[in-house]
Amino acid sequence: MLLEIKNLYVKYGNIEALHGISFTVDRGEIVTLIGANGAGKTTTLHAITRVPPPEGSKVSNGDILYNGKSLLNVPAHSIVSDYHIALAPEGRHIFGNLTVEENLKLATYSRPDDDSQKKDYQRVYDLFPKMAERRNQRSETLSGGEQQMLSVSRAIMTACDFLMLDEPSMGLSPLLMYDMFRVLKTLNEEGMTILLIEQNANLALKFAHRGYVLDTGEIVASGTAGELLNNPEIKKAYLGV
Amino acid sequence: MKKFSVPVLLTIFAVGTVLAAHFELLDLYIQTVIMFIGVNIILSSSFNIINGYMGEFACGHAGFMAVGAYVTSVLNIMFFTNSKTFGDSILSPELALWFFPVTMLLGGIAAAITGLLVALPSFKTRDDYLAIITLAANFILVSMFINMDSVGGARGLMGMKQIIFSMEDVAFIPWMLIWTFVFTYATVFVIRRFVTSTYGKGIIAIHQDEIAAEIMSVNTNKMKLVAFMLSSGLAGIAGGLFAHILGYINPNSFNILKSTECLVMVYLGGMGSLSGSVIAAIIFTLLIEGLRFIIPAMDTLIHFVPLVPETFHLSQVLKWVIIPLILVILMQFRPEGIMGNRELSDFFPKLKKYYEFK
Amino acid sequence: MSLLKIKGLTQQFGGLTAVSDFATEFQGNELMGLIGPNGAGKTTVFNIVSGFYKPTEGKILFAEKPIDGLKPHKVTAMGIARTFQNIRLWHDMSLLDNILISQHYNLGYNLFDLFVRNKRYVENEKRMRNIAMQLLEQLDLVQFMDEKPKNLPYGVQRKIEIARALSVKPSLLLLDEPAAGLNSSDVQELIKLIAWIHKEFKIAIWMIEHQMAVVMSLCSWIQVIDFGKTIAEGTPEQIQNNPAVIKAYLGDENI
Repeated sequence: MLLEIKNLYVKYGNIEALHGISFTVDRGEIVTLIGANGAGKTTTLHAITRVPPPEGSKVSNGDILYNGKSLLNVPAHSIVSDYHIALAPEGRHIFGNLTVEENLKLATYSRPDDDSQKKDYQRVYDLFPKMAERRNQRSETLSGGEQQMLSVSRAIMTACDFLMLDEPSMGLSPLLMYDMFRVLKTLNEEGMTILLIEQNANLALKFAHRGYVLDTGEIVASGTAGELLNNPEIKKAYLGV
Repeated sequence: MKKFSVPVLLTIFAVGTVLAAHFELLDLYIQTVIMFIGVNIILSSSFNIINGYMGEFACGHAGFMAVGAYVTSVLNIMFFTNSKTFGDSILSPELALWFFPVTMLLGGIAAAITGLLVALPSFKTRDDYLAIITLAANFILVSMFINMDSVGGARGLMGMKQIIFSMEDVAFIPWMLIWTFVFTYATVFVIRRFVTSTYGKGIIAIHQDEIAAEIMSVNTNKMKLVAFMLSSGLAGIAGGLFAHILGYINPNSFNILKSTECLVMVYLGGMGSLSGSVIAAIIFTLLIEGLRFIIPAMDTLIHFVPLVPETFHLSQVLKWVIIPLILVILMQFRPEGIMGNRELSDFFPKLKKYYEFK
Repeated sequence: MSLLKIKGLTQQFGGLTAVSDFATEFQGNELMGLIGPNGAGKTTVFNIVSGFYKPTEGKILFAEKPIDGLKPHKVTAMGIARTFQNIRLWHDMSLLDNILISQHYNLGYNLFDLFVRNKRYVENEKRMRNIAMQLLEQLDLVQFMDEKPKNLPYGVQRKIEIARALSVKPSLLLLDEPAAGLNSSDVQELIKLIAWIHKEFKIAIWMIEHQMAVVMSLCSWIQVIDFGKTIAEGTPEQIQNNPAVIKAYLGDENI
């Protein structure tokens, strides 16, 4: 088991956002968390990446185990540099006044400047040819889809082996959305473990191996992607068919 | 009848204070403190229109106060007193009493027009840039008065006591106290009417999302103009009162330090809370005046400890350590101020039964 | 007579051409879609029509009157309302205030009336409140009247933004990616809502959207743009099978 969330409770001030959720992610898997807005999906990712308050929140109970070690007392930067967990956040959060290449360069801050780094630049530019094209362009001038690609590319550049994505399809045209998911699939086949949050539950379940359904801070269903896709109740409540 | 409780209480308080002052039950110092509270209420609640309700960061409120103070004072001196600079009185000094509200309003209007100095740039800029513009406006206005010899230049302007004397010649009652109550109550009333109307709420919409405001048919430029002019106009009124309470003014009493006091009051009370502004003005004035006594008392107290050397004294400058420190602590533990953006009636819903201001 | 007529619309930012020679026309109360890849210039078209940009070239006639170069609040007052991709409500005000403030185009009183609170003020405030309440009832939002939008679910916020746009009694409603950020079941609700609004209010609706389920089930006519140029237009069936559109926009569904 790579990541294990055990009975996690998270609070914003006095308001409890997660009421004891548990789930696991195995090495090499794609797992998706689906559910409505406000269900607690982003809160879960923030808890794992240890984002401090006010944006992040306080874990009041439970544990987050990564490779069997608890992450609860690990500072946020160390999650990236020592545990190689990366997040492509919702809303991208790219450094708008830097160029594409500078954005990628910043992501390598904590890794040695060696051959593997050079290889990763090449890998990113291969996966997203658009990024190579826009290499020297200020990133705030990129279109929404390109910014999303940059956000994912930046996460890859941290040399992570566990990638978390918060709504990567948000605002993307169908073409770009399918392209993005194909790239993610390739990454996964090369060994990347992926935890995905997605509003578009249909798409997420077609892409993932397993899924968990989150509703107002609790996990209400789980199973393989196929099981969830064919579960009539889930279909009605989340897939909108 | 319940709904008249609050207005009646407010009237009783005002009349009671004036009567107490008239029969010399309140000493002059306490009267002055009460009047300063009034001036500060006008300053903080009018400044709140911009920094609280409209969400801009302006920091030159004292500049507009100066315009009001000078215009009102000069008009009064010119018309109702014999002075070296402005010659003999144009109208009979007894009329000063009746024309005082008029000159105050003229001072307010002059300040409102000066408010254009920041209102017009606000169409195109906001945030830090606008803050710098307001700061510059404050400096420009102060140095303008410093360099105007006809109004006393850096030495300041005197002679407003004459006006009070001629009012007292008509009837010997504490006029300034009355005027302070009238203008303070009126200011709070006017601002309340403004921000509770659909028209006035346009500025709150600008605060929360200017683009949405423009697209939902709010004429944002016009609203900014109205907000800045109303705010600076009321600051001018506060300036007029201030000048006549003190009896003399000096350009440097309207410098950036005074604007900072206004900022402190707004943030202490809570941005976008009218009752917060009022409460903050009261607390702030009492605090400043209170420290006048507390610091010497503490000084005496520490000298009971034999270790403290005789030559060591706590100075009044400590005031400017204590007040900012309170602000720092407040921002740490209650960054939204005393009231946040809520009103007293939001905290005590039962209060609503006791008034019905429209 | 046409409701909206756009001809030769071109918008340049510096050296970049965001929209080039764009044209479209609304005869009456159609429901049309505007789709295209990210960065194709769709939102720019909406921004021009709603008055945020003055076009470099081109004409926009709304109800036979030119509107290019008018300020956004003027355009809104003339009857074009819009929503935004990332919901732009006034999040710290009650829902009722959100609707009320949108009546600024038709206040009916001035500052003087406000300060003296005369009959004109009282009557107009009452009138605006009635308009707002009626709208909230129609859209089944009365229960949230005193709530602040930030405390409501995203799907409801989206509905409120549409309600707010309707409160200016528009004859053309622009919806910029109404389904963005909604989950699949909310999307179904949204489709029903838009269809109902179109029928009930008898207004023209122009929509930018990436979710094909929404566009294909609602729009009678779809225009596809890429790099600021129209590459195709037609009925949903025609668009879905147009090879140029598939290549530039729809893509291959197999992951």
